[in-house]
Amino acid sequence: MDIPVALPLVKRVLLMGTCLCDAIYDDVARATVEVLEHLGLSVEYPAKQTCCGQPAFNSGDWSASRKVARHCAEVFAGDLPVIVPSGSCAAMNRHGNLLQFENSPDPSITSLASRSWEVMDFIFNGLGVKFWPGAFETPTRLAFHRSCHSRGTGTGDAVRALLGSIKNAEIIPFGQSEQCCGFGGTFCVTFPHISGKMGTVKLDHILDAHPDCLVGIDMSCLMHLSGLARVQGRAVPHLHAIQILRNTLQA
Amino acid sequence: MIGKQLIDQFARSLSDERQHLVSAAASAGTVKREQVLHNDYQDLDALRKLAASIKDHTLHHLGDYLAQAEQALVARGAKVHFAVTGEDACQTILSILQNHGVTRLTKSKSMAAEEIHLNPFLIQNGVECLESDLGEFIIQLDNDVPSHIVKPIIHKNRSDVARTFQREKIAEDFNDDPQTLTRRARVFLREKYMQSQACITGANFVCADSGRLLLVTNEGNSRFGMAPVPVHIALVGIEKLIPREKDLAVFLNLLARSATGQQLTVYTEFINGPRAAHQTEGPEHLHVVFMDNGRSKILASNCREILRCLRCGACQNVCPVYRQASGHAYRSIYGGPIGAVLSPLLFSERFPELADLAKASTLCGACNEVCPVDIPIPDLLLRLRDKAQRQRIHSPAAIPMAPFAALATSPVLWRGAMSLSKAMNHLPIQITPLPPARAWFDQRALPAFHGGDFRKWMKARLKNKNRKPED
Repeated sequence: MDIPVALPLVKRVLLMGTCLCDAIYDDVARATVEVLEHLGLSVEYPAKQTCCGQPAFNSGDWSASRKVARHCAEVFAGDLPVIVPSGSCAAMNRHGNLLQFENSPDPSITSLASRSWEVMDFIFNGLGVKFWPGAFETPTRLAFHRSCHSRGTGTGDAVRALLGSIKNAEIIPFGQSEQCCGFGGTFCVTFPHISGKMGTVKLDHILDAHPDCLVGIDMSCLMHLSGLARVQGRAVPHLHAIQILRNTLQA
Repeated sequence: MIGKQLIDQFARSLSDERQHLVSAAASAGTVKREQVLHNDYQDLDALRKLAASIKDHTLHHLGDYLAQAEQALVARGAKVHFAVTGEDACQTILSILQNHGVTRLTKSKSMAAEEIHLNPFLIQNGVECLESDLGEFIIQLDNDVPSHIVKPIIHKNRSDVARTFQREKIAEDFNDDPQTLTRRARVFLREKYMQSQACITGANFVCADSGRLLLVTNEGNSRFGMAPVPVHIALVGIEKLIPREKDLAVFLNLLARSATGQQLTVYTEFINGPRAAHQTEGPEHLHVVFMDNGRSKILASNCREILRCLRCGACQNVCPVYRQASGHAYRSIYGGPIGAVLSPLLFSERFPELADLAKASTLCGACNEVCPVDIPIPDLLLRLRDKAQRQRIHSPAAIPMAPFAALATSPVLWRGAMSLSKAMNHLPIQITPLPPARAWFDQRALPAFHGGDFRKWMKARLKNKNRKPED
């Protein structure tokens, strides 16, 4: 299959698999590898990787999160792009780390920030892949939850363009799509009432649009939303956008 | 791990009816803002960034602009006062009133006055002080506090207002028709305007070049307040300065659209100074009280961007936490994202007890996205969390992060933990008594753990690949 690639110089990339894919969503990490390899890249997964450090960072424990960030920068040292199947971990590398090191800039941290990509953003804006030649067998309604950490990045447009170009796929609008799902890392357990209500509002809007599948770019949002939906007796199929790219190629 | 977050508890205790009121009005505000701004501007972000840079520039040269504004105001015949603290501002205003022999006044809406509790202070000191903004008037009757910057009674419905009017004998009977309510308030307030001897207002902007104050309202209440009285006092936070009058082209276009989805507020008043000899009406005396009240400290901190704030309330409207918890949850006159940043900074002596406000956010960034002056609110919330942690302020329900950091900096332990996680699939973790687990499982299911599966798959794939050339 011919897919135009704008960054032909990139032959190898590093995969930051995220802790959530390491522990639970292994198929998302697999899909990331398969799609990137399909695009002609060789994907390396540094075995010493752990987590980006976001839980400690968001909790305000920056001495803890800086340790994790330094470890992360060491594991992903070099000059290869670091590809992340998560908007929020990518945002941690690209922005959060700069914030927590603003008083003591660290070249390895700055380097990691400049090389980190959310995977859909990378495919669309980095590689220049502007359409996806996949297909669903039957018309499929996709509700895309943008995930808040992709605000102000190229991810949202990338997902809408790539998924929207898949045969038989329709990205359906739903109400208050700018609103957060209520996950928020430790927020979901430290503010359980508000988190649950926010998630329920989000689900109401999404399910009102009758999607065949809920699509996200952060498994953390989807874990929270699908977990709520299951307990509320209204389970909804949910996939990472990269899984859709992989699955529709295989179809 | 013990204890609960106050804002979450407040949200839990809120009746569904109140929560729906707040949420519906806030969402409607967000929709209106979005429509009018995107209809009118192609590159909204450029405008927001321009506004931010004008504010930053002003704050960077605040000393110079204050001096310039003072000079320009004095040249127009105004008297300029400076107040370091809220108490200073209250005392200054009281002595101005006493010098003019004022015992009755009306006050138009001013967040600066709310911030320093000017109303109760003046009433305690024998000055009858009536709020003339309809929402603030109702707040005053109910002895309540505002729960939204622009819509102070966002948490009330018209029946609440009708009951208040009946109770306070503003109306003889219960009637919750909005038009009737407004008419009744008008009849009551008009008489009060005529009896009053002074008018206190805030100011939305003070132009340093011209020395003119700018006031925006939708009810015209500040005009009514000023028309019959000899004394006008404007209480102004020092961050309200802008360098030039022509900068208003940027700010006025953003302010009303962001706040209420209007292109311009119904009344936009330029205050030229006290009444000139050739003018037939207006106060003969204009006093401008510039108030610091913690702002210089904020300017010297790593959260100074918050001083750009225009008090439009767009961040409150869009905030999903505010929509669930309402403004009163934030235990200050500033609720929502702006309050979560501003309150612990402004009331810095209460920082330990207000440090939890910065935690009441998913850091979703919607507030930054709608902010007319592009304040990076999530970054400021994070800096405040860091500050609280460094001061070792207890955070209820917090999960200790040192063990996490130890695990996440040791690849061997980490991989071990990942493999172990699969064992959890066979344990009844749904009923574990750990509070964070309880908080998760009370409302949500958890998918099965596949710890380490991806690593195995990746290893096998690599082996396969390396073997291929030999095949």
